[in-house]
Amino acid sequence: MENITFKLTKKLKTIGFVMVAIGLLALAYGFIAGLGGDRIVANLHLNSFYFTSLGLIGMFFVAVHAISESGWQVSMQRVGEAMSLFIPIGGIIMLLVFVFGGMHHLFEWTHTEHLDEILLGKVAYLNQPFFYVRFAVFFAGWTVLAWMIRKTSRELDINGDIKYFNKLRKYSAFYVVFLAVSSVVSSWDWLMSIDAHWFSTLYGWYVFSSMLVTGFSVIVIFTYILKRMGYMQHVNDEHIHDMGKYMFALSIFWAYLWFSQYMLIWYANIPEETIYFYERIKHFDTIFYWNLIVNFAIPFLLLMTRNSKRVSSVVIPVAVIIFIGHWMDLYQLIMPGAVGYEAAGIGFLEIGVTIGFTGLFMLVTFFGLSKVPLVPKNHPFYEESLHYHTNY
Amino acid sequence: MNKSYITAYYTDDDDLLKGIRQLKEKGVEIIDVMTPFPVHGLDKAIGLRRSRLSRVAFWGGTIGALIGFFFQAWVFTKAYPLNFGGKPYLSVPSFMPVAFEMAVLFAAFSIVFAYLIYFKLTPGAKPVIHDERSTDDRFLVVVKAGEPGESASIEKALSEAGAEGIKLKA
Repeated sequence: MENITFKLTKKLKTIGFVMVAIGLLALAYGFIAGLGGDRIVANLHLNSFYFTSLGLIGMFFVAVHAISESGWQVSMQRVGEAMSLFIPIGGIIMLLVFVFGGMHHLFEWTHTEHLDEILLGKVAYLNQPFFYVRFAVFFAGWTVLAWMIRKTSRELDINGDIKYFNKLRKYSAFYVVFLAVSSVVSSWDWLMSIDAHWFSTLYGWYVFSSMLVTGFSVIVIFTYILKRMGYMQHVNDEHIHDMGKYMFALSIFWAYLWFSQYMLIWYANIPEETIYFYERIKHFDTIFYWNLIVNFAIPFLLLMTRNSKRVSSVVIPVAVIIFIGHWMDLYQLIMPGAVGYEAAGIGFLEIGVTIGFTGLFMLVTFFGLSKVPLVPKNHPFYEESLHYHTNY
Repeated sequence: MNKSYITAYYTDDDDLLKGIRQLKEKGVEIIDVMTPFPVHGLDKAIGLRRSRLSRVAFWGGTIGALIGFFFQAWVFTKAYPLNFGGKPYLSVPSFMPVAFEMAVLFAAFSIVFAYLIYFKLTPGAKPVIHDERSTDDRFLVVVKAGEPGESASIEKALSEAGAEGIKLKA
């Protein structure tokens, strides 16, 4: 098979830029209609976190399979590599939101002049200088490691030397270990500290499982789009099947963590813990219950049988549902604390900004795909990936 | 019903696959193939259907979950109501772990027993050895003998397909 490079067509660019324009329009609408700084900032924060995490998982997909020396994903690993290009962009947007007044809108603990006893006890960790240091360390680590993995993967493609394969494995191991710690700590920083009085030790893994299942769903969606456009014809039912298994298993894993967190708090019934769920069930009940149906029941039932995992017409709609569902999940993590039930809502601002971010993410990923050959032909497992075969 | 069958063996897995394709073309019905190691592509060659054990697991799991759930609901509301921390008697979240464990247990047991019963491997089962050499390094093929008059032609087809040690069994 010849090595084809993806071409970023004018049509795709137009679609992407129109989506970004809708996002900017929604943002402008938010300012003009006076929806409040809380709501605008929380939206930008939600989406920049959401799409950064997709980039992180894109690279995680490459890294974790490189460590385990698996072969089946090699023919589609460029999608994950291209998605990781979004990490620094998401970081910049997040930083801009924080610097231009976002900190005070989002985080109660930044109002240092009136902290209560509980928050005063957390000052050693929750203070602005240390917060920014952690922010810098996370994004520097992610960006540099992702860049190194991308570069090594490209070198392996050009030279085909086993030396680069070993290097790839080494960097991947660094990335996975770094992400394991940083994804948990960053979710405390950017999500859990919105409700600064409350804490949960399971929170980091809960957020990470949500990131994982969405990231893998988005990889399937991009692969499918590429296939529909006439690229990557070697990706067949077998690869879709494995991605379907990932989506199925990780949806269950997410629900498991959701329930573990919920049940312990429900059982112990300590007011300072239950207030978190009280807020959400009382004022955000629709999204709270739909969250479980959309992110657990639908993937669980639709992807249960072997045959449905192998058909694009089932896997792709479920992937889109998961993509929307985990946006909702993140919404109910952020909004009750950052905006409050009186001001929060899902309107043109929320939907428009999300469309804008989706457009930007699409543009970045397609740009990344167009820069390098679509398949890593000299990867030692490339041939294995073409002949991949799975039964169950 | 005529229960007689014919066994024959191959010494090489490539010959086995080739032979099976020839037998299929001639319309010989293959009951089973026994190999000393997994042969790639064999399941497709003999037209093996997909295992139905997953369905057994699904229904076993569903029944287990329902039993687990409703048993607790009955115990905590009717049989022996106890007040735990002021919670309602019918507390669905606290029933979930047990219902989940029962689903796993029933699914696991149902597939184990379905497997044992379907393949007649229950305690006291007599081992069936079609050919002594199938316990060593030979690839054994078991085919239907058909009507009494047909067995000769099937034996001929087997030897044409390269099989050795052809035996007719009743």
